Amino acid sequence: MRFRKSAAVLAGAAVTALSLSSCASSSSEAIDPEADLSEQSLVVSIWADYYPETLAEDFEAETGIPVTIVNHATNEEIVAKLTASGDPGIDVAFVSGQYAQALNEAGLLQELEKSLIPNEENLYPEALELAYDEGNVYSEPYAWGTTGLCYRPDLTGFAPTSWNDLLNPVPELEGKTTMLSTERWMALPALKVLGESVNSTDPAVLEKVKEQMESTKDTLLAFDDTTFYSKLVSGEAAMVEAWDGWCNYAIAEDPTVEFVVPEEGSDLWVDTMTVLKSSKNKEAAMAFVNYILEADVQKYVAESILYSVPNKAAIDSLDPALVEQFPNLALPPSELLKGETVVDVGEFGTEYTRLATEIMAAG
Amino acid sequence: MTAPAGAVRNRPAPPPPATRPAAPARRPGARARFAAVPLVGPGALYITLLVLVPVALITVYSFFERGRFGGVVWTFTLENFARLFDPLYLSVVGNSLVIAAVVTLLALLIGYPTALMITRLSPKWRTVALIAVLLPFWTNFLIRTYAWILLLNNAGWINQALQALGITDEPISMLYTPQAVVVGLLYMYLPLMILPLYSALAHQDRQLGEAATDLGASPFRVFRTVTVPLSIPGILTGCVFVFVPAMSNFVIPELIGGGKTVLVGNLIRDQFLKARDWPFGAALALVLTVSLLLLLVLQSRLSKRLTEGKTQAEGKKVRRDA
Repeated sequence: MRFRKSAAVLAGAAVTALSLSSCASSSSEAIDPEADLSEQSLVVSIWADYYPETLAEDFEAETGIPVTIVNHATNEEIVAKLTASGDPGIDVAFVSGQYAQALNEAGLLQELEKSLIPNEENLYPEALELAYDEGNVYSEPYAWGTTGLCYRPDLTGFAPTSWNDLLNPVPELEGKTTMLSTERWMALPALKVLGESVNSTDPAVLEKVKEQMESTKDTLLAFDDTTFYSKLVSGEAAMVEAWDGWCNYAIAEDPTVEFVVPEEGSDLWVDTMTVLKSSKNKEAAMAFVNYILEADVQKYVAESILYSVPNKAAIDSLDPALVEQFPNLALPPSELLKGETVVDVGEFGTEYTRLATEIMAAG
Repeated sequence: MTAPAGAVRNRPAPPPPATRPAAPARRPGARARFAAVPLVGPGALYITLLVLVPVALITVYSFFERGRFGGVVWTFTLENFARLFDPLYLSVVGNSLVIAAVVTLLALLIGYPTALMITRLSPKWRTVALIAVLLPFWTNFLIRTYAWILLLNNAGWINQALQALGITDEPISMLYTPQAVVVGLLYMYLPLMILPLYSALAHQDRQLGEAATDLGASPFRVFRTVTVPLSIPGILTGCVFVFVPAMSNFVIPELIGGGKTVLVGNLIRDQFLKARDWPFGAALALVLTVSLLLLLVLQSRLSKRLTEGKTQAEGKKVRRDA
């Protein structure tokens, strides 16, 4: 669910990925725990700006396995890349949970060899029971979070508690709120207010969402899922629908900004690490996944990207000052799991796209 | 966010120098033709790889069913074209047509006097003015778009200045409306209107205007009966240059329009990157490409007829005078 800007980076990444696809070494279908890792190298695809800058060198320093990191901007982009060709030359792909689910159904993911991923024990027990992949059969969680309201108390004059504060705002807030423009999250607040699932596949429910959103649209400053936090910091917006990690970017610039999960509930999204079945470096790939799950590493990830991580050992060791500054970094799983896990809705996904088009074109 | 390449991709080839008399054609010998290969080769390769192949791909894709994770399933269908008539998509297309037409008209109204003025400058200042017109292209288009946001938003520089000067109490909303999209597109594509107009106007024979003046025509009459008719090929070219990319831009509606206005460009992008519905996106793109091709054909036909008509008229006149 991250969207990064630099197209140039992407183009570069694509070229790198292409040129590296021939570098793979051993090619065995089954996992061989005794495989010689020094013979292997990795290509990892992850969202730009969503990992510590030194990740590749740190990993190579610890394991001796060279790794090339390439970037994708969206889930859709990496899924398209992975499904379009038999061997995309990528060993480890970072995708959100519902996309991992879809990729697995398409038969593209390698079942994880847990004997090579002992660091899984660092995870919160809850992080092993996520709806898109119970038992973490083909994915391990990298970062997680929820969607809520990110707001400036000095501009709102009150502390919002409900999605209705966004959907049917008080007159003073009209023209000062934004909502996410990605369809599933555009629909989420209205779905929650209606008491429906964030994964609803009922056309009648979407019809109700549409009605609500058409009236909400008139009160919105914009639909925005890339610059909403800067709108908040500049004071253009007073309250925005936001992923918790992105709200942290606003908090980093303006400490008065606050984040709240509305009382009607929200979602739990998880960004995961998956190993491709087409990878010829599966053992090294498992080693990479295991490396990320090390308490120190995933702690460093959380500190770098300001997103919460599902690693209990990592969260417990976070600097208390950092947690005080960014309280939602340490949202306990009990709190997060109140949110419904976003899952892939299959063919019905196009209905959400259509809904978003209808809402955005209305008026 | 996505590359602003969409705007550039659809830009048609430069116009034929319609206002200039064609050089007498010389029959190229076999050797001359051979010598032309290195000159034409790269361009031909470029067009084949980056224009013809993609167009062929979307043409093929648009007749098949969508794959669940993007791509296509090789089952033939016309469903993607039937969906184009869904009122939702028709309204988006209609909306895009209106916005692109308004942008084109405004660009013409602003661009024409500008181009005319540039032709009247001394050669030195003419160069300066032309560089000024092109200058924005030296900066990345996303950066320029963000600059507009910084300037125009409710907490932006203009509103802050207005309030600091006591001119307004409340910020004036200028961003995130269809009007803002028009302004953004106009800013973006105005140079594409000015340049062909300038080219058409600069090549006009000044003596024609002088002759008309000598015969007693007022400056306005000269403008109306000599300058404008002779520049029609330039006007048509400029209009196509602005109209075409304005239809398919998706970044400006998103950033300056606040995602509250949808153009065909957004629709196509969403089909590929959000709905994972490549065939429908391809059908939309195909329809856009074909209509733009038709526009280009129309434009070149009209220009040709105008110039030919003129030559014929001149020919008749010469005969009569003789």
